[in-house]
Parts: sequence; structure tokens; C-alpha cells
Amino acid sequence: MWDYSEKVKEHFFNPKNAGVLEEANAVGEVGSISCGDALRLMLKVDPVTDVILDARFQTFGCGSAIASSSALTEIIKGKTTDEALKVTNQDIAAFLEGLPPEKMHCSVMGAEALHAAVANYRGEAWSDDHEEGALVCKCFGVDAALIERTVRDNDLKTMEQVTCYTKAGGGCQTCHEKIEEILMTVNGSVPVAAAAAPGILPPAALERPCTSAIPAPAPVSKPVPTTKRMTNLQKINLISSVIEDIRPQLQRDGGDVDLVDVDGDTVYVSMTGMCASCQMSAMTVSGIQERLITALERPLRVVPVQPERVRA
Amino acid sequence: MTDGHIQVMTGIYMDNNATTRVDPQVVAEMLPYFTEQFGNPSSMHSFGGDVGEKIEWARGQIQKLLGAEHDTEIIFTSCGTESDSTAILSALAAYPARKEIITSIVEHPAVLALCEHLEKQGGYKIHRIGVDGKGRLDMDAYARALSDKVAVVSIMYANNETGTIFPVEALARMAKPHGALFHTDAVQAVGKIPLDMKNSAIDMLSLSGHKLHAPKGVGALYVRRGTRFRPFLRGGHQERGRRAGTENTTGIIGLGKAAELALSHMHIENTQVKALRNKLEQGILAAVPNCFVTGDPDHRLPNTCNIAFEYIEGEAILLLLSHQGIAASSGSACTSGALEPSHVMRAMNIPYTAAHGSTRFSLSRENTQAEIDRVIEVMPKIIAQLRALSPYWGVNGPIEERTFAPVYA
Ligand SMILES: Cc1ncc(COP(=O)(O)O)c(C=O)c1O
Ligand code: FES
Repeated sequence: MWDYSEKVKEHFFNPKNAGVLEEANAVGEVGSISCGDALRLMLKVDPVTDVILDARFQTFGCGSAIASSSALTEIIKGKTTDEALKVTNQDIAAFLEGLPPEKMHCSVMGAEALHAAVANYRGEAWSDDHEEGALVCKCFGVDAALIERTVRDNDLKTMEQVTCYTKAGGGCQTCHEKIEEILMTVNGSVPVAAAAAPGILPPAALERPCTSAIPAPAPVSKPVPTTKRMTNLQKINLISSVIEDIRPQLQRDGGDVDLVDVDGDTVYVSMTGMCASCQMSAMTVSGIQERLITALERPLRVVPVQPERVRA
Repeated sequence: MTDGHIQVMTGIYMDNNATTRVDPQVVAEMLPYFTEQFGNPSSMHSFGGDVGEKIEWARGQIQKLLGAEHDTEIIFTSCGTESDSTAILSALAAYPARKEIITSIVEHPAVLALCEHLEKQGGYKIHRIGVDGKGRLDMDAYARALSDKVAVVSIMYANNETGTIFPVEALARMAKPHGALFHTDAVQAVGKIPLDMKNSAIDMLSLSGHKLHAPKGVGALYVRRGTRFRPFLRGGHQERGRRAGTENTTGIIGLGKAAELALSHMHIENTQVKALRNKLEQGILAAVPNCFVTGDPDHRLPNTCNIAFEYIEGEAILLLLSHQGIAASSGSACTSGALEPSHVMRAMNIPYTAAHGSTRFSLSRENTQAEIDRVIEVMPKIIAQLRALSPYWGVNGPIEERTFAPVYA
């Protein structure tokens, strides 16, 4: 069991401000059930002074997710929306006297919900951040803006830290390259062990690195001594036939996969049905990748494109 | 007594698939061998004399528990994981021309991680047989995977998370015509269900002491007489050269006693413990809406019950249970530091609305009727408390997906 601070336990066992806020005029919703945590933050904001008069939450998640939500509502009550926006995930973690590194993403979720709620109050389209292209980690639905902000606020240096704080990169790992780019842009230097090929976790920079459940797909940089010589056409035909082989199985589960494009060693597929942007598709994507690597006997990367957004 | 601040008298332990309490009789059996009979069984002097005999006694107890024909078929190891590794690596070394392994996708990491390593580093082809929604093995896929290229099949006897029992005898018989060795990780089965190895097609079987009221850090591997075997640890002549290293004498003696006790309690396990488990399960299912049993209830260990509670998360359930002095475990991601629910839940395609909330209760002969009643009493409150916090749950039950639509998912 996790080593939670007394403060986390206090806010988990007796959460403050839980439940629906009927008079809410600002609502922020983040996360999803597939990702394992989700939060709806409801605020009652004074339209004249912009002061947050009341805040309530509903949370699906583990102990620290519930405690972070409770802490957030306590922190922001009485603040103006401008003041509230200055609250970072670090403030939430500090209020709780610290969170285990693997659980920092719970505080990040709180800060996100706050931004979403304030945007909602102001009538801004907060979800603009989350247009197709900006979604970096498809497994956990994490966009570039969130990763950037979290890297900056928490002075993150490594891929593993980003996964601990945002979950991004903890699934199929196909997004590692993009995350490393963000780390580089924000930190203005080469991230620790950035030279490693995607698929290989950089050496742990944290004392207690968090584990990712999905085994790393076959490292793409693994030297393959006997790469089959084949023409582009042969290669695409082979990829296409492997994907055709996989389809019936996915279709049985209510999903499907289509080959979209092949660019060098990157295979673009489109996934539909099931929960295209949830962790199950990460399993599927890494599964497809392994099948292709086996069939073609060469390193390949499978990248899902245009996932069907879970949006109602 | 109703406001959630109930005084806890003694802890209620329902996590026996994770590990068990060492039986006091086991401790008593071990104690003299720490301080009085502390000799090395290999030594010639009398300090070691009795120890060697006692180890053979312990071997005999395991033999009886497994229903094995010969006591020399038992090799003591340091744990279930070592037994699994020994069995699989031995088979590969003994049949070097065969480059394939068959296993299931719901194995314990002791087998799964080894197979993954062999796949990546050793060039082995691994067939991972899938399961259906109730955790039942895909027998057709298994039949298709068998061939004379397969060195070893390693498929668990019973699953640690759901208790689902695989038809290992039938699987072992199917492997025979192909000349593949059959190993089973029976870490969860030994001591809970009767075994009869002398009339079995299984070649190798792993067990672990701490799952049957023996101490942690001792295990055994059954290797049928005549099975080609290659040691994992080489060195001294211990265990007839099949597992070098000075014996964990006290652990082995404890395991021997635990095996004796398990055999004498086998009937209780399959009547009393099973009845308690059934009562617990029915009690919870009757009192809590939107939950269901995972795995195959018709082919299941008598002590295990795994219930998936929808719209809430397992770690939160465990924290509230533990607040009430009740120990259980969860297939949720958050309890392990992983980001996703357990591979067993995912393999069964349990919807993610429920996989995160799966909770395992695993009983032992030490659980009582009163404890079962207590868990049935607190469970509905705990679930209701968490659902009251959940954005996916309204006053009357689950809410439509539509009304909670996060900006990104
Ligand atoms: C099915 C199964 N196999 C293997 C093991 C590992 O046993 P040990 O902890 O003795 O290495 C366990 C215990 O967690 C288990 O449940
Ligand atoms: S881990 Fe980020 S897309 Fe899969």
C-alpha cells in the first residue's frame, strides 16, 4: 500500500466539499474512466467580483485522486479566478504534505480541472488546447499543453518523470519522441538520455521510478542482423496482410484497424470502435507492432492516427 | 457503530492468495532447527545428523500432499518463482532443438516475464494462449500452438487473481503426442485442492511455501521420474545435484509441516472455507448493485472470490477496507504503481468501468463466520461512500456517459 501522508489520509477518509454543486456556474471535467481517474470540479463564482464562493467535486479514482480533489477545493475557495489560476499542481501536493512520485498525476489532474472550470466560467474554449494535433499521448489522452505546463511547473527533466506526473508515455510508448521534444523545448537542452531510441526508457532519474504496466514493445533500435531485403511494394503488401490477419480478432471485440500509410519504418493505422483513445488501444497498438516486427523482421513503429475521440 | 468509525478489534485477513500467516504448529516444528539442530545436513558430525533426516521427512510430506509416486521427485527451492524458472529453463536446456514455448496470457509474472525475456534475448517463439470473458483458456488456440517445435508448455493450475482453475490434466495429455514437456505453476492450487501426481500427465509442478502457511522464501519443484532435467543452480551435490546450495533447512522443515497440515485440512478447505467464500460472495452480490464476479465460478479455487465493482477505483476500496481492519487486494492499477489494470482483468476483457474496481478476497482455514458477516456488513457502505464521490454515479445508479464528458478522454 502507498505511503500516504497524514494529510492525504485525512482528505481521503473525510473529503471536503464532495458532491454536486447545484448552483455551479463553472464546471471543469478532466480524465476518463478508462484512464483510471476522472474529476468534475464545480464552482460557484461571484459574477461581479470573480470570487470563488463555493467549490465542490466528484472524483473517480484512487486515494490520492480523491484527496487531491478535496485539497483543491479547499485551496481555491475565497480566491478570485485570477488568483486561482496561479495555483499549480505543486501547491496541491504541498497542501497534502507531499504525494508519492507515482501519484503526482493526481495533483496535475486537479490543476487541469481548475483551468477547465475557469475557462468554462469565462466562456473560453479551453478544449482548444486539445485539438487533434495537440494530443501527444493517445493512451492516456494527454496533450502538449499539459505536458509543457507540468514540465515547467515541476522542473521535470526525464521521460520517466513526465510519466509519473501526467501518465503520458506510460502505455505503448509511441509518444516518447514527442515528449522528449517537449522536454527539450522547455528545458532548452537535451533531455537526460534523450538519445535513446523511442521504446527504450531512459535510465531512472528518480529514486523511485514509477512502473508502467505495459512491457516495452520490442526496442526499435535493437539491431536486427538479418533484415529481409524487400521492395517498398513488397513491404507494404506484407504489412497490409498482417493487419488483415489481425482485423477479425478486433472486430469480434467491436473494434477495427485500418492501414492508413507507411512512411519508412513508421506504420500509420486508424483504430475505430472500442475505446480508440484508451489504454486498451495501447495494448492493441503494441500488439500490432510486435506482429509486424515479427513478420517483417525489422524494426517498425506503429502510430495510431485520427482516433475516434471519446466525446459525446 | 454505523457512522464508519467502528472500533476494530482484530484484523480480518482475506488476502491469503498474496501470502498466508505461518501456522503456529509450523513455527514450533522449525524452532529447534535454528538453535539446537543447527548443523549442515551435509556435515558428518552429529550436529548435522538429524537435520538430513528431517529434510527427508519434509520431502515425504510434500510427496503425500502432491500424491507423488516417489519422494525423489521433489526438489526444494527458494520460492515459487525459482521453481518456475528452473522448470522452464531445464526443459529448454534438455531439448535444445525445440525453440517454442506455450504459455497463457494470464500467468503470474514469474512465468510471463521469463518468457518475455526468452523471446527477446533467446530467440524463442512464445505462444501466449488467450482466455475468454470468464478467464477460460482458448483450447482451440492451444491445440493449434502445439507442435514438435515446442519444448515446454507452462500453464498455471489456478489463477492467483480470480482463482480460475485451468484443465491442466487435459492440457498435459494433449502435449504428450508432440513430445513437449508440461509444467504447471500450481503455487495457488497446492494445499487448496487435492492432487494426484502419480496418476497425472503433468511432468513438472511448482509450489511455494508462503501460500500454504509455511514461511516465505521456500518452495519446491516436482519433477516426474524420467523427465529430462538440467539444474538451474550448479555447485554442491544438494538435492541430488539438481539444486545446489546449502539447504534452507528450517524453511524446508516448515514447508514439510505445512504440507502435512494442508493435507489434513484438505476436506475443510473444500467444505468449510468454500462455504464461507460462497456466503461472502452471495452476501456482497445481494447487497451491492452493479458488481459481478470475475473468472469462472464453476471451476475455481474454494477460497477465492474476485468481484468487480463498477464506477469506482480499487485502491480507494482497499484503503476504506483497511480502515475497517480488513485486508483484501485489487486488480486496480493504482495499487501497484502501474498505470493500467491488471493483465488478468484486461485479458478477460473486463470493461474498464469495472476492471479498475476489481477486488479480491482470498480466504483460508483461519477465517471465521463472524469475519464473513462483518465484511458483508461494511462492503455496501464502502461502495456507496465511493460511488457518492464518483462523477459516473448518480442518485439512482450509473449515469449516462453523455452527462459526464470530459474535455479530453
Ligand atoms: C501463481 C503464482 N506463481 C508464482 C508466484 C510466486 O511465488 P513466490 O513468491 O514464492 O516466488 C505466486 C505468488 O505471488 C503466484 O501466485
Ligand atoms: S504511451 Fe503515450 S501514446 Fe501510448
